Amino acid sequence: MSIWDYANPTRFMQLSAVLLPVVAGLSAICIVVGLIWGFFLTPDADRFGSTVKIIYLHVPAAMMAISAWFMMLAGSLIWLIRRHHVSALSAKAAAPVGLVFTVIGLVTGAIWGQPMWGTWWAWDPRLTSFLVLALFYLGYIALWQAVEDPDTAADLTSVLCIVGSVFAFLSRYAVLFWNQGLHQGASLSLDAKENVSDVYWLPLVVCITGFILLFAALVLLRTRTEIRARRVLALLARERMA
Amino acid sequence: MMPELGKYAVAVIGSYAATVLLLAALVMVSLWQSARVKRTLREVEARQGKTDV
Repeated sequence: MSIWDYANPTRFMQLSAVLLPVVAGLSAICIVVGLIWGFFLTPDADRFGSTVKIIYLHVPAAMMAISAWFMMLAGSLIWLIRRHHVSALSAKAAAPVGLVFTVIGLVTGAIWGQPMWGTWWAWDPRLTSFLVLALFYLGYIALWQAVEDPDTAADLTSVLCIVGSVFAFLSRYAVLFWNQGLHQGASLSLDAKENVSDVYWLPLVVCITGFILLFAALVLLRTRTEIRARRVLALLARERMA
Repeated sequence: MMPELGKYAVAVIGSYAATVLLLAALVMVSLWQSARVKRTLREVEARQGKTDV
């Protein structure tokens, strides 16, 4: 059995019907546990005061905003190379989810930035590349809506997705490329020295896991919706031709 | 039980409220769209005598 077998819409619908409730349930548990742990049971930080509690929303949302785009890139490349409709539809399904995570990252960042930096917004490299990423999400969603033929829409949005990946990459590494601006470096890293203190790190990892699972659950749900919508269009077209 | 948030209470509570609102809206819209498309597909398939996906 190959992974490409799941590119068959019927196979995908069967597998996702089983996975969806499990992933959604685990996501709810992780998010509730992580946020309660982080909000109620962690101390204030010396530098940030009680605003450190925003980290449990801001970091997972920002991570998922970037990761969602890379998942869309994978789906787009599979569509361009192998022409599997499920991959194009999963990329389409992920875009609104990625956009909401991007908006959450921007909003919580602005709310956090105001008391810490004294401003809601600065044209800092990471903030600016993140804003451009949000605009790419909007453009990607608009392009899917604007093109009537689904295969042409998938082709065009795949190309846009490849171009936008530059900004998704920049959003992640802007702080390293341009060593300037207000935004701090990564809160989580493979290098243990760069990580936030353990007392914040553990609930943060639980929240990140919850956000990853929420993203997976929403993409599964929305991809199932897209597959059904595509079938409705096919059946209606057949009805018109009969 | 509520932690002492001090002068940053508005920022912290505001962040949580905005996030919960945005995520709840996303989940609700996704569920609503799913139910709507499922219902439409069922109607079209019933009309044409096809099986459900």
